[in-house]
Amino acid sequence: MQIRRLPSGGRIDRETPLTFSFNGRAYTGYTGDTLASALLANGIGVLARSFKYHRPRGIVGSGAEEPNALLQLGRGGSTLPNQRATQVELHDGLVAESVNCWPSPQFDVAAVTGLFAKLLPAGFYYKTFMWPQRWWHTYERFIRRAAGLGHCPRAPDPNYYEKTNASCDVLVVGAGPAGIAAALAAGKSGARVLLVDEQSELGGSLLFRDAQIGGDSGDVWLQDSLAVLRDTPEVTLLPRTTVFGYYSHNWLGMLERVTDHLPDGDRSQPRQRLWRVRARQVILATGAIERPLVFCNNDRPGVMLASAVSTYIKRYAVRPGTRAVVFTNNDSAYLSALDMQQAGVAVTAVVDARDNPQGPIIDAVNAQQGIEIIRGAVVHDVLGHKRVHGVKVAPLDAAAAALSGSSRALDCDLLAVSGGWNPTVHLHAQSGARAVFNEQRGCFVPGQPVQSERSVGACSGEFALKPSLDAGAAAGADAAREAGFKPGRKRTYKVQDAEQGPARLVWRIPARTRVSRAAKQFVDLQNDTTAADLELAVREGFRSIEHIKRYTALGFGTDQGKLGNINGMAIVAAALGENTGGPGTTTFRPAYTPVTFGAIVGREIGDRFAPIRKTAMHPWHEAHGAEFEDVGQWKRPWFYPQPGEDMRQAVNRECLAARNDVAIMDGSTLGKIDVRGPDAAEFLNRVYTNGWSKLAVGRCRYGLMLGEDGMVMDDGVSARLAEDRFYMTTTTGGAAAVLGWMERWLQTEWPHLKVHFTSVTDQWATIGVVGPKSREVLGKLCSDIDFDRDSFPFMSFREGTVAGVGARVFRISFSGELAYEINVPANYGQSVWQAAMAAGAEFDITPYGTEAMHVLRAEKGFVIVGQDTDGSMTPADLGMDWILSRQKDYIGRRSLARSDCVRADRKQLVGLLTEQPDQVLPEGAQLVDDAQVTRPVPMIGHVTSSYFSACLQRSIALAVVKGGRQRTGDTVRAPLADGSVVQATIVSPVFYDPEGDRQHA
Amino acid sequence: MLHIECPWCGPRDQSEFSYGGEAHIVRPTDPDALSDEQWADYLFMRANPKGKHREQWCHSAGCRRWFNVVRDTVSYEIVAVYRVGETPPEVDDAD
Amino acid sequence: MTQSRRTKYSIFSLARNAFSHHENWQVVWRSPPPQKSYDVIVVGGGGHGLATAYYLAKEHGISNVAVLEKGWIGGGNTGRNTTIVRSNYLWDEAALLYEKSMQLWEGLSQDLNYNVMFSQRGVYNLGHSLQDMRDIARRVNANRLNGIDGELLSGTQVKERIPIINIACRYPVLGASFQARGGVARHDAVAWGFARAADARGVDIIQNCEVTGIRREGDKVTGVETERGFIAAPKIAVVTAGHSSVLAEMAGLRLPIESHPLQALVSEPLKPVLDTVVMSNAVHGYVSQSDKGELVIGSGIDSFTGYGQRGSFSIIEDNLAAIVELFPIFSRVRMLRQWGGIVDTCPDACPIVAKTSVRGLYFNCGWGTGGFKATPGSGWVFAHTVARDEPHALNAAFDIERFVSGALIDEHGAAGVAH
Repeated sequence: MQIRRLPSGGRIDRETPLTFSFNGRAYTGYTGDTLASALLANGIGVLARSFKYHRPRGIVGSGAEEPNALLQLGRGGSTLPNQRATQVELHDGLVAESVNCWPSPQFDVAAVTGLFAKLLPAGFYYKTFMWPQRWWHTYERFIRRAAGLGHCPRAPDPNYYEKTNASCDVLVVGAGPAGIAAALAAGKSGARVLLVDEQSELGGSLLFRDAQIGGDSGDVWLQDSLAVLRDTPEVTLLPRTTVFGYYSHNWLGMLERVTDHLPDGDRSQPRQRLWRVRARQVILATGAIERPLVFCNNDRPGVMLASAVSTYIKRYAVRPGTRAVVFTNNDSAYLSALDMQQAGVAVTAVVDARDNPQGPIIDAVNAQQGIEIIRGAVVHDVLGHKRVHGVKVAPLDAAAAALSGSSRALDCDLLAVSGGWNPTVHLHAQSGARAVFNEQRGCFVPGQPVQSERSVGACSGEFALKPSLDAGAAAGADAAREAGFKPGRKRTYKVQDAEQGPARLVWRIPARTRVSRAAKQFVDLQNDTTAADLELAVREGFRSIEHIKRYTALGFGTDQGKLGNINGMAIVAAALGENTGGPGTTTFRPAYTPVTFGAIVGREIGDRFAPIRKTAMHPWHEAHGAEFEDVGQWKRPWFYPQPGEDMRQAVNRECLAARNDVAIMDGSTLGKIDVRGPDAAEFLNRVYTNGWSKLAVGRCRYGLMLGEDGMVMDDGVSARLAEDRFYMTTTTGGAAAVLGWMERWLQTEWPHLKVHFTSVTDQWATIGVVGPKSREVLGKLCSDIDFDRDSFPFMSFREGTVAGVGARVFRISFSGELAYEINVPANYGQSVWQAAMAAGAEFDITPYGTEAMHVLRAEKGFVIVGQDTDGSMTPADLGMDWILSRQKDYIGRRSLARSDCVRADRKQLVGLLTEQPDQVLPEGAQLVDDAQVTRPVPMIGHVTSSYFSACLQRSIALAVVKGGRQRTGDTVRAPLADGSVVQATIVSPVFYDPEGDRQHA
Repeated sequence: MLHIECPWCGPRDQSEFSYGGEAHIVRPTDPDALSDEQWADYLFMRANPKGKHREQWCHSAGCRRWFNVVRDTVSYEIVAVYRVGETPPEVDDAD
Repeated sequence: MTQSRRTKYSIFSLARNAFSHHENWQVVWRSPPPQKSYDVIVVGGGGHGLATAYYLAKEHGISNVAVLEKGWIGGGNTGRNTTIVRSNYLWDEAALLYEKSMQLWEGLSQDLNYNVMFSQRGVYNLGHSLQDMRDIARRVNANRLNGIDGELLSGTQVKERIPIINIACRYPVLGASFQARGGVARHDAVAWGFARAADARGVDIIQNCEVTGIRREGDKVTGVETERGFIAAPKIAVVTAGHSSVLAEMAGLRLPIESHPLQALVSEPLKPVLDTVVMSNAVHGYVSQSDKGELVIGSGIDSFTGYGQRGSFSIIEDNLAAIVELFPIFSRVRMLRQWGGIVDTCPDACPIVAKTSVRGLYFNCGWGTGGFKATPGSGWVFAHTVARDEPHALNAAFDIERFVSGALIDEHGAAGVAH
């Protein structure tokens, strides 16, 4: 039974009733309702308990400012915490529950904390819970359980989200009268306009305030205007879309709620959409939020903003009470009195802080039967606990510092409050501009814009309709002009608008005793921050509004202080003896209203979190049971276990095949850069430590790249394809960085060098055929290259046809074996691979992965940049002085002469052999001389690579050890996490074929 | 999100660019002639001004050209854009 | 004023004051006008500066000290960071310095008589590749030998301990390091606690007093120019994270530092869902849950330099993608607030805590993204450096000369993106 629903009126659709549940009970509402209006229609008064004192709380506002009505929606994976009932559109089957109370908001056991309230002033936790020292974690568990609001879903999100990019000439934020006027003016010029509003229905204040515009009712004007906008091709209307952040260079973030208002189950569309918008011009028409007043027990359910009362009556046809008092300091709440009277709410009094309010609106109320206007008075206390049942009214003295007479009590179950209006300057402030306090109007208004934006209407501090419409029209035209369009003639509006008189600025209403002793006067309802808390903070020496905010939690709630911050500032100013605007605001930070993580993430999650790069032969690897390793974005075969094999067995088998017969690996992920131009060799001379000018065409050379700090950055083999052309390879992980690095040097430092770089990593598939029998396999695959040992020597390359495909074949080796790398255009990669497998079948050719590759290269003492180096290793540290040219300068050379780079006790690359041949040192093990000394134990190095070598039938390791090359034969110790200590002997890092005969075979 | 005008491609979103730090740090032609202190100054020391900053950007997801930008490091306003090798525009360094 | 003349905070003083309606609490710190001269001027009233002043008074008996703050104390990075505290750094120099800090954290609330809510709920650093795991193992082994607690965990163990984590993501969680003594603290309380304790020992904390110049006579400093006039001091200790280069320029020095925006965000408050700290360098993100219930989330710096305390939204997008990838149940949670700070970054991701070439001028800067955890330790060694005019063994390596000699302490692996 919707006991508070008016029999007619409102913008709800009475033809489509909806069923929903609240705290387990079923209720009905209508399409067009918010959850808040439906709850009010059903007479629900208490729907939450407060954060700290567990006081009963009801609905205060009707939009983004609502501090109390935060509910848990839905269940399971689709549950939603902390949803503001005033912004939740009702849909059929909606399930809502109160949080932060047990067993119910009507009766909450934790309300007992109210008894200890005196022990819990602002910042009490900084002063206690310190003994005993170790107990904070225990105290904290209770504190944490008491804190928080709703609960996080326990299952993954069943919905998906989307992102879209948009650019527009004019972005109009807020589709109230000013915003619509702006969009009309800008749209007429042909500019691309986005008109965005957070509500389900466009219209802003016209949805709850009567108006006459151009001879029509406000609603007719609204519908006509929206029809015009819909017919303007370059104008887009976006309801249910909140501009939540205004960032640099007129970039704004917007959240569109696509299916939130639909019943669960429609998952064919994204739940929400993040709009990333670049606007040439922005028009802010974001309106204003009514300000409450601060008085004793001002949190009782039934104390509401006057504008919210009007909204519930006019827009939702809901009567939020039966007997009302209005408490105001300005004219606008008188309109709410009229709305209530019209809706059958008995308004007994308007309590006006002003001594002599004048004007047509006051006259209109005065003319009503039964409404007493109590002038120069205030509501200073509220009676009732779970529901207002009366208020105490007393005269206010001229300084607004004390109550100047005796109190009288008025019965009511609804108190409609207005303390004036706060322009919604959030986006203006987020843009980098500074809102300024207007002492006369008692509110912050936009200051000088710093980006291409302008504010119109209520958010500019202009609360009257005609000037708002005119300013909107002018701003729309100006913005279009600045965006390069020709707007038509300036338009002004004819409006019948009752003139409003000035307000009397009051903030905190005096109590009968000092603030510290009075009943609680709430400033921030969500955080239970009271006027006494703010004064305590000032008493304790806090001066900055930022400190006071942090000390008292003022404005830290999910409403970000939309109701309380300005009152808080004024109370602090009074306590400090400053002008009201003196303390200023805290920073307005995005988001204006909270934004779903999922929407910010969009679809870039799971497999789309980062691109997955696969080589041309990937399907073959998958089909042959490869385990994969992530190397950057690449998926690389790690090893190919055969049935029954574990990793070690598989790797041993793969290694032995390479050493004894023939093995094959996919090396396509190596970075490949085509370096071309008359100065190609000169360029390589500068980025590699060794010389490249004399490298003959057809030959290959290993190169080492350093950062300018002298530390090893990347390595690889490059081949000279022609006098003016090299084919450079890089590490898999370093490919993009190396290309970028070379381009940067070329363009910014050596633009006179004639050379170009082209990344060809994805263009070539690389197949390594490795092992003593590799020559025979190549011979079967290719007839136009002479694979003879001497005519195709080690470190050279040939072009020819491999398995019918034009190929470059390099005779290079990262395993120390006779080996060839076949490079073919990537599209042929898999077929050539398969041809190689077929050709090698008679030799039992064995595919191997990165793990075997690592073992083979470690047996040879070849480093992997990034594994055996860590950004602190010089070439000399790696024993690679031989690669440092003395004939030329190169990047990083000068740094190698610095004192720290020539120390004798730098960490140097060595080999390690454990005492127990089958014991494999863990990679990352730290090395010490003496494991017995007390901590900190001096460490002399660490293990960088460590494997079981199948061909050596023992473990091997590479390590870096301080002064290691001078310590060959010494014993070092590796204390392990399990408490054991492994002993090992320092040896040469080359474990296998130190003379290098095999690769020359 | 900055909006940067590539001198070759026109205005684009920041996401297409990569940042290169302070511009006009010239690599010494004869590094051996420098003391360790002077080399360290080239290598590591930066002006890091609060205000107008001449800096390098690369249109890395576009034409891959490096170019120079004068940007206010407080407001992030881009005051000027110019190509490598061009004379930096006269910019009032004061805020 | 000495410590004893201050009301000691406790449940008893709270109860006593409740009877007088909390009307008799003393100021947390005084706001005196600046004197003409001090023995030491600390420029910068963030956590590190206040800690420096406190330890100058407490450990070295130097209490004729002013802390000059251009805005409000703790209003810079101290009040903007994600409050992670840990000491599991890779290199000995860094590890021992952060471990000193950790030890001070462990008794800080009691030492300051101010609850800084240091919550040792443990810190996980996740590994997502074989190389990550090698680096993590190397670091954990080094930590243990340095006397710092650390555990190496497999992916399965991570999942057992944090059931809500998704280890089978695009870059699977292969394992983690875990430091049980790590955790979080209440950032504002750290600034206020140090301020109160320093003030009690006689330190003048002077807010809204921007330093506009550093006066030198020959090769030594004589004082600072401020908005409120010249203040003389033979020793000036600069701790102005974010603005270190600006202060250095005043003294004619150049630093190897760039200032970058660093962003963070919080969700709406939730009932407890995550009781530890999870960090991932590889996928760029870290998350913990505050006592208020907010998920506190951060990631890496913006690539460009900036003093604007604002960064690019794309950083937030990438950051949250990583967090939701790791914790799919957070997808429906909402971002309440986001903000930025300005961090000093050094080429080796390690700070400078050192004397300078100008006599009497000391710099403490370059903490990058991870300065909060170092607050007490940084103040402790910096106070020593200033008082004795020579570094403590713990900060000797963190000098400016290392950029000349090449003796960098490359903590990118451990400091990297995250704290």
